[in-house]
Amino acid sequence: MHRFGQAHSRADQIQRSLGLSALVGMVATIWLGLFITPPDQFMGDLVRLIYIHPPLAWVAFIAYGMNFLASLAYLWPRTRDLRWDQLAGASAEVGVLFTGLTLVTGSIWGRPAWGTWWTWDPLLTTTALLFVLYLGYLALRRVPDDQELRARRSAIAALIAFIDVPIVYFAVLWWKSLHQAPTVLNPTTHKTYIHGSMAWTLLLGFVAFTLTYAWMVMIRYRLGAIETRALKTQISSALRDRQLEGSHE
Amino acid sequence: MIRDALHIARKDLRIEWRTRVTAYQVIPFAVVIIVLFGFALGPDPQRLEPAAPGVFWLAVLLASVLGVQRSVAIELREGAIDGLRLAGFDPAGIFLGKLCALSGQLVILEVLLGVVTAIVFQVSLASFWLLIVATLVATLGIVAVGLLYGVLLASSRVRETLLPLLFFPVIAPVLIAGTKTWQAAIAKHASTGLGWLELLVAFGVVYCCIGIVSFGPLMEDA
Repeated sequence: MHRFGQAHSRADQIQRSLGLSALVGMVATIWLGLFITPPDQFMGDLVRLIYIHPPLAWVAFIAYGMNFLASLAYLWPRTRDLRWDQLAGASAEVGVLFTGLTLVTGSIWGRPAWGTWWTWDPLLTTTALLFVLYLGYLALRRVPDDQELRARRSAIAALIAFIDVPIVYFAVLWWKSLHQAPTVLNPTTHKTYIHGSMAWTLLLGFVAFTLTYAWMVMIRYRLGAIETRALKTQISSALRDRQLEGSHE
Repeated sequence: MIRDALHIARKDLRIEWRTRVTAYQVIPFAVVIIVLFGFALGPDPQRLEPAAPGVFWLAVLLASVLGVQRSVAIELREGAIDGLRLAGFDPAGIFLGKLCALSGQLVILEVLLGVVTAIVFQVSLASFWLLIVATLVATLGIVAVGLLYGVLLASSRVRETLLPLLFFPVIAPVLIAGTKTWQAAIAKHASTGLGWLELLVAFGVVYCCIGIVSFGPLMEDA
């Protein structure tokens, strides 16, 4: 009991320091991004979205990578453990959230920069498909069933989805390149001189968002563990009650 | 494995021969979709012709969901799947057998649907070898993914609603590549369709391999 308590408090400590550093990183990114870095010569204040949009997409990819690795670890007989399944689920949930945010921020940037909320650009299209692929995965995870069965089913579904991502990307890339001239990206973006403070802010954005990801996954993972424990306790207490009822009769 | 696959394929095709579900329900459904798309796009042949390959493949995908659900449902009734396992069938053989049977039915559907699309959308088909090879390979990929998800969801009560959500995003590349090869064939530029054919082959091989490896563990849960 004592050891369990110790482990618990250590996890609490890690979670708290992760949360704190994520918060500090976020505040610093916002402050640098909004007030310190200069506006772009061509795009003006719109360029400030660059401090959050790429980091959001980066976190989404990390999340799906982690989901894939955790699912593999669950399927591998030597490392089979329900904790991998919980990690896979937690990571996918955060991944879907960040993919959604990537799409939204991309759209907000696309409207003034490209003149449209949406374009069938390969990266955009792949991201949108990723979003629906993993929405399906999360829906599958919500189907109530025996825990081990659900874990195995989810792990295989995660493999099917993850393997599809490069195929989708290449299909969409060729589809565009054969279909019409490349999307008219704002040519200035390629020429924009990245100011020193802009580069640092972007780098800080990556770190801050990665920390936020780790913090969110940790909370979700621990919440999942608590849910499982609560379910088991409920079942065993219900069994005990039933036995007591039997002994009274 | 091959012998098991042949047994299962023969069994599935015999069930279809006796019940005629694909022939009387799934094929007419696909034809209805083609006609509805005709209404949605309007009668202008200049708009219909370029849309024909995409509409054809969308109709195939929608019909294939029904095919997959049917193929899985016949194993769930009266513990048929347990019977197959008790009879000592190799899970990979079961997967391959069901793959062959369902692909065969879908190919018949695609031939009929291709003719209907060509007539209704006023398209003159050309480069038949490319059309045939691309359609065969694409069908294997579609059915492999469909069966995987079908059996994955077999034990759940929401499989009818969840299957399309899981299935369609994964086979999006088949829709793109299938449409592109058909467009290349119709435009008589078969060489531009070869890259897409390679993508269809890669997709089919990857998902058939996953099916062969993972069908055993998935069947235990079904």
